[in-house]
Amino acid sequence: MNPSADYVPLIALPVEWEWALMKTGQVLAIMILLLISLAFLLLFDRKVWAAVQLRKGPNVVGPFGLLQSFADFFKFVFKEIVIPAGANKTVFILAPLLTFVLAFVGWAAVPWAPGVVIADLNVGILYLFAISSLGVYGIIMGGWASNSKYPFLGGLRSAAQMVSYEVSIGFIIITVLLLVGSLNLTTIVDAQAAGIWAWHGFRVLDFSEFPSNILVGVTMLAMLGMFFISALAETNRPPFDLPEAESELVAGYQVEYSSTPYLLFMIGEYLNIVMMCAMTSILFLGGWHLPWGPVESLGLNPFFTSLVAMLIFYAKLWIMFFMFAMVKAIVPRYRYDQLMRIGWKIFLPTSLVAVVAIGYYVTFLQPAVATSVAGG
Amino acid sequence: MLAAIAWWVLATIAVLSAFAVIAARNPVHSVLFLILTFFTSAGLFVLLGAEFLAMLLVVVYVGAVAVLFLFVVMMLDVDFAELKQGFLSYTPIGAIIAVALFAELALVASASMSSNGVPISVAATGESAVTNAEAIGQVLYTDYLLVFQMAGLVLLVAMIGAIVLTLRHRPGVRKQDITAQVGRKRSEGVELKDPRPGQGLG
Repeated sequence: MNPSADYVPLIALPVEWEWALMKTGQVLAIMILLLISLAFLLLFDRKVWAAVQLRKGPNVVGPFGLLQSFADFFKFVFKEIVIPAGANKTVFILAPLLTFVLAFVGWAAVPWAPGVVIADLNVGILYLFAISSLGVYGIIMGGWASNSKYPFLGGLRSAAQMVSYEVSIGFIIITVLLLVGSLNLTTIVDAQAAGIWAWHGFRVLDFSEFPSNILVGVTMLAMLGMFFISALAETNRPPFDLPEAESELVAGYQVEYSSTPYLLFMIGEYLNIVMMCAMTSILFLGGWHLPWGPVESLGLNPFFTSLVAMLIFYAKLWIMFFMFAMVKAIVPRYRYDQLMRIGWKIFLPTSLVAVVAIGYYVTFLQPAVATSVAGG
Repeated sequence: MLAAIAWWVLATIAVLSAFAVIAARNPVHSVLFLILTFFTSAGLFVLLGAEFLAMLLVVVYVGAVAVLFLFVVMMLDVDFAELKQGFLSYTPIGAIIAVALFAELALVASASMSSNGVPISVAATGESAVTNAEAIGQVLYTDYLLVFQMAGLVLLVAMIGAIVLTLRHRPGVRKQDITAQVGRKRSEGVELKDPRPGQGLG
């Protein structure tokens, strides 16, 4: 809340106001970066999908279709906004706005590089979890306010799905928290600095603590896989895109939406996917650290270290997004009862057992040096 | 200064939306205002330095409990006009409850002030080295361990009780057998017939 003690003001403004201005600038910078990335991620998604199906994908607007997303954007924006008669107007408009805003709000706590973060919260991971659990409101509100049966059913299905998978995501996050001993995202990333064998997803490679690395490694590898699958379900991506199951529900909660409100829903949805990629990379894939060691080991000056760290983090986002795109392309859609069965009957018990296993490791097996990690 | 602005904005929204919860005509709007109230209260917690509690409030109440409220309110076929009819007759009871709650809050608030008027709440640890997640954990899992576990047990009993009360085994209901579904072979599901022209399968 307060600027740090060694803070030198640039302009003759009260320090607090200048701090607020600076934060606003950072927020804008992150937003613009995310929106532009999103334009190309959308194109990338479609290109990957096309490539799997031996098509070319969008290739008309700009070289290699690079400007396709921008063309789509203008097309969306210039369409007429249709609000159905009998719709609850305020809630109808509010729902996409909420989805859009919440998708951005989470990024405030995401660290891009050592120190490059808008708000380095002590409870960062809880904050991300809390914000992502709010995303369900945009969908319920949109489905309900449309005053039509298809969106309503789609919204309810979607909400039930997201709530179910949040539970197992929560337990998976707890396993990481147990290993790190802190809720701070920067601390979580720095706990994985040593190299790929220290990344939580690949702890099995750490043979320096031989017998116990099998227990913790196998558990965490399973957690990585489960987190990825839960992320697919949480963001309503194929193969769990039941809310939008075109063949059954037309387009789920967003049937009645057109033009900019629809665009906001779509941007929010994709931003949530990118957020899940960021969370996977922070929790399991070492954040901004290189597979062979911490980014600081490159010996660059602080500015370039941050820059390289940001690039590594960004590259990991794209790699994770590639995984999301590939899953969309190659896995057929699940049935709703199968989805619920996986969530409640398989993921929930498995993640509970994993929490117990990791708790056992942290209490009895972890080398004494590492147990002194105090929360940041 | 910024904190003061944030406090005024959050507090105003919290009070107004709390009022809107009971004033709104549409129950769904009521629940949405309730969610807004929860959310702004979480913001007030953050201003107090109790970020852990704030996040828990958002995760548990906004992210889970209120979703269930919303589900129930949306699914039920509520007659809004009928719902509003008894509103005035319940006002005295509501007022009594409100006064009692307010008195309790005032008592707690005055009790938590030390003699020189400085609040001694757990949350206001300020700049100390322990984050408040750790502070809560240390108290909860040492001093109050028994109470904490008993609370957990009560919740578990309540949950199992709810399931037992509502679970009815109806005979003759066909259930899915996932193993049988997945383990089905082609030879069991597909049968090739060779009908002659003009005869059909008979």
